[in-house]
Amino acid sequence: MTYTIDALTKSLNVFHLAGSACNNCDIEILDALTPKYDLERFGITLVGSIRHADVLLLSGIFNRKATVRLKELLVQAPKPYLVIAIGGCPATGLMFRDSYNFEAPPSIPIDAFIPGCPPKPEAIISGVVTVIGALREGAIVPGCLQEPEANPQPAPEAVT
Amino acid sequence: MSKRTIVPIGPYHALQEEPEFFKLHVEGETVVHLDIELGYNHRGIEKLSESKDFEETVFLVERICGICSTSHPIACVQAVEDAGDICVPERALFIRSTVGELERIHSHLLWLGLAGHFLGFNTLWMWAWRFREDVLNILELVTGNRNHYGMMKPGGVRRDINDTDIPVIIKLLEGLKDPIAMFRDAVIEDPLVHARTRGIGVLTREKAIAYGALGPTARASGYDIDVRRDHPHAAYGMVDWDVITCGNGDVFDKAVVRILELFESIRIIEQCLNQLKTVTGPVDSDPRFVATGEGIGHYEAPRGEVFHYVRSDGSNRPVRHKVRAPSYMNVPTNRETVLGETIADATIILAAVDPCYCCTERMAVAVDSPGGRRLWGAQDLIRMSCEKTYELMDESGLRGPEPPPCAAAGQTRDSGR
Ligand code: SF4
Repeated sequence: MTYTIDALTKSLNVFHLAGSACNNCDIEILDALTPKYDLERFGITLVGSIRHADVLLLSGIFNRKATVRLKELLVQAPKPYLVIAIGGCPATGLMFRDSYNFEAPPSIPIDAFIPGCPPKPEAIISGVVTVIGALREGAIVPGCLQEPEANPQPAPEAVT
Repeated sequence: MSKRTIVPIGPYHALQEEPEFFKLHVEGETVVHLDIELGYNHRGIEKLSESKDFEETVFLVERICGICSTSHPIACVQAVEDAGDICVPERALFIRSTVGELERIHSHLLWLGLAGHFLGFNTLWMWAWRFREDVLNILELVTGNRNHYGMMKPGGVRRDINDTDIPVIIKLLEGLKDPIAMFRDAVIEDPLVHARTRGIGVLTREKAIAYGALGPTARASGYDIDVRRDHPHAAYGMVDWDVITCGNGDVFDKAVVRILELFESIRIIEQCLNQLKTVTGPVDSDPRFVATGEGIGHYEAPRGEVFHYVRSDGSNRPVRHKVRAPSYMNVPTNRETVLGETIADATIILAAVDPCYCCTERMAVAVDSPGGRRLWGAQDLIRMSCEKTYELMDESGLRGPEPPPCAAAGQTRDSGR
């Protein structure tokens, strides 16, 4: 385990970016911080700016207006960072795929998808734990550190 | 006059879980003007709905908003039932009201927690969300999911409530009464909450009517409006409950209305569950087709009246589906309530209407009525703007030999900041 990974996987600071979500994934993320699940015991906290964050949680599809902001945020994110997509929306676009306002996801290095609509807080926690475990074992490398060629994202067809 | 500054809040701000962009124009500490910019959340649901059949539409409208995720489906299925003259078994009506009221409890507790968080009263946030988990457990028991219940369908509901579950649910509800009474006392008797919310962000009754405010926002201003009573639907005509109103229209009253509504919701659920013990029968009339026609459906969502309009041409999908969510009416009242207040109060006032932006997103297209041609899209506006620049350049002789980079201007970014 390199120094970077060691530092990255401790006390995750999470920035939550709701694209064009239905709100539910966002609420389940907040739920994971409240007393029943209480992620703060593990040092996981929500932060207000991407510049302080280790992890970017995406939820919802990204429409034409939100995609511009997503790209901007990724430029501002301090490397190394992890990107975790919460819910079915960022993974596949669900039923919003055919919308006139749906923008095919930009090729961003997503490290983990947590499926569900919405995923339960337990699933979110388990997903984060799995990613941390895999990073520590060296099974995966944060997507943002990979060379762009080494991480070919199959670009979904643009929907017009 | 002091200098005017713009304080941006959003679009991705730590305070908000949804993307929206407030521009507070302030002079000194006082908010003098408010701009709300939306569009980050627009998914074109009304249009998408025309490509789904009537059963799929219900799942689609469920995903308009994760908090009102049974209000939209209830309004939608009622509109379809109205359009196609579909009857609904009585047992299904009680189940609809049960799920709807459980949703109201979880939504109001969620709001209460967030309001506490905005006031710096994080204890209230954590407590409210802790007891909200108990409501979600009941919902999971009844519907099989914590959110997005997938319960409604035209003609009834998808899942029955087992008789063996009813005592368990009643016991769990009983356990919620004490915490809710605690919240009532924590808000009504806490001097700090009084100091921060009393007389702040007042919406008068006249203004509430003028803006067409709905739900708790209107009821806190003394405007007695509730579609559960005014147009009884689901089981609301068959149970006994009261509409809660207050008179001052400030943030405090909005909180009080919501907390007192929690008790009414519990009352409604208990009556519905008791009725379910005696009202037996199917929960779904299993309609085979929806006749030609148009229909409307109302439902009193936690934030106010949700309205759906569906037009059917006898095929298996709607030819037009119109949704009006309560935040669409409530958010503009911020102009009345925020202006003249200080920035420190602006957050709680903006949050007091319990805005839901994923419900509110709309797109407007200006259409040339005889030809049906679209006028003034984003590209048109950019082109007009470019043209004006070039005209000015020509007039002032500033225009260089190169062709203007107009095509690139259209690509860079959408409107926005
Ligand atoms: S995955 Fe489901 S719950 Fe999450 S934002 Fe998308 S529609 Fe909503």
